[in-house]
Amino acid sequence: MDAIAPPVTRFARTPGVARRERLQAVAKWVFFTMALAMIVPLVAIVVYLLVQAAPSLNWEFLVEVPKKGMREGGIWPAFVGTLYLVAISLAIAAPIGVLAAIYLNEYSRESWFNRVINLAVINLAGVPSIVHALFGLGAFVYAARFGYSIISASLTLAIMTLPVIIASTREALASVPMSFREACWNVGATRWQTIRAVVLPNSISGILTGVILQVSRAAGETAPIMFTGAVFFKAVQRGDWFPYRLGDQCMALSMHLYTVSTQVPNVRESIPYATAVVLLGSVLLVNATAIAVRVWLRGRKKW
Amino acid sequence: MTLEVRDLRLAYGAREALRGISFDVNRNEIFGVIGPAQSGKTSLLKCLNRTIDQVAGTTLSGTIRFDGEDVLRLRDVFSLRRRIGMVAPLPVGLPMSIYDNVAFAPRCAGMHHRADLDAIVERCLRQAALWDEVKDRLPSLGTALSGGQQQRLTIARALSHQPEVLCLDEFSIAIDPVTTMRIEDVLRELRGEMTIILVTNLVQQARRLADRTMFLWNGEIVELGPSSVVFSDTPASRRTYEYVNGIFG
Ligand SMILES: Nc1ncnc2c1ncn2[C@@H]1O[C@H](COP(=O)(O)OP(=O)(O)O)[C@@H](O)[C@H]1O
Ligand SMILES: [Mg+2]
Repeated sequence: MDAIAPPVTRFARTPGVARRERLQAVAKWVFFTMALAMIVPLVAIVVYLLVQAAPSLNWEFLVEVPKKGMREGGIWPAFVGTLYLVAISLAIAAPIGVLAAIYLNEYSRESWFNRVINLAVINLAGVPSIVHALFGLGAFVYAARFGYSIISASLTLAIMTLPVIIASTREALASVPMSFREACWNVGATRWQTIRAVVLPNSISGILTGVILQVSRAAGETAPIMFTGAVFFKAVQRGDWFPYRLGDQCMALSMHLYTVSTQVPNVRESIPYATAVVLLGSVLLVNATAIAVRVWLRGRKKW
Repeated sequence: MTLEVRDLRLAYGAREALRGISFDVNRNEIFGVIGPAQSGKTSLLKCLNRTIDQVAGTTLSGTIRFDGEDVLRLRDVFSLRRRIGMVAPLPVGLPMSIYDNVAFAPRCAGMHHRADLDAIVERCLRQAALWDEVKDRLPSLGTALSGGQQQRLTIARALSHQPEVLCLDEFSIAIDPVTTMRIEDVLRELRGEMTIILVTNLVQQARRLADRTMFLWNGEIVELGPSSVVFSDTPASRRTYEYVNGIFG
């Protein structure tokens, strides 16, 4: 009966198999090394900063005001200034950006208007910050007569972060399956009812993450605020949470870092590094919050 | 007469999906619609409940009369959609609890009394033959149900706004044969209460359930008549015979 013998060599290690396995191992190592190579600079930067900053790094440094032409004391005015700028700019950009994205993604239909807005959003997101700085100077400082002030600087930062917030919010909204919306429309739900019941609850984690990630961008930029409202020095009380009004100029961490690194002679070497650590630490803290919020909301995700 | 469709034409851009079709749907009948893929069945249903509005770039003409109203010119499409229920081909459990899935439409219509909602949820889940399986876990997620259960949940959701017409678009495409048979029983029960438009890819399903059947092909009506004629050996059109018997399509 059995004219043909069964293929007994089916699982044998032929040279071809061995070569594929070697290739597989090599590929794995290459990818692993690249992933490692990503972490190395990050760890190196953080460690280097911490070591260099160590002599100045203490609670006093955070809450004390700069003294002796920034050669002594702390960074409180700059820290609070950055808080103000970031908070105000996001308070402006986040609602506008999120609502605009909801309109674009949920209400507007495919049209030339929609395409123009899309194009604008993409291009604005790619405009260098120095250009935003010039725009802010012209639009808010001069044209709107806000002068060099916190409000001008915050508005400039808001304009800068807005397109990215719109883009990330749209992405989060688009990740909610279309079939959910259609199911809602089929039972007579209005667009708004659909958005409230299904779209927002299932995209809120993505929306929040997108917004919070803009904190680090707003906190780190120097050019836009330097042109519109940040100053080298401002006399402020130690530990004062409300030293500035909207029309005032303010200090800011990014700007202060630039100042003490390049503009002031004979600064103790640890001071710029400690400033950088505070800036980085604040941003990382906010990002960690974002991740925590995301994980928490993800845990409640429903499909 | 519940629905009167006259010379309905629909095009997506330059692509014609419905080429001037006219037919009536009688009250409390099961109206079967058969036809190969791309013949315009789904498009027809989308016109009936005006979800075609969501598609950009369509041109629509003709009239659809529903209970004396001109559907295509209605302003209040939300009330229309409550009166004409729709079940899509793929089951969709909304990402909320089973209870909320069924209570969603009544809530959207402004009903908020817990007792009323409880009654609706139980009635619809019973009608959809799902109550016994989920009555002890109404607060759990609708998306966590099996495909067949989700399709029955979808039907319960469509019943929750007490539609006068219930449209089903190839409801059995993604579910198992046993669930399909259970839903077919559900439809037989519902026949007394509402008009049912049953679009189906299973020719035998229309033969089993429909009082009258329409054969749609390439956006045109090839044949419309009592199912006993359409599925007989001598339907009015030769193409119907060929499609029903699997010779083309
Ligand atoms: N959203 C759409 N955009 C463009 N063309 C569409 C769209 N939906 C359906 N069509 C076209 O309309 C025709 C009918 O499709 P459809 O109504 O889905 O048929 P069926 O449900 O019978 O399979 C097809 O030629 C299809 O390509
Ligand atoms: Mg279809």
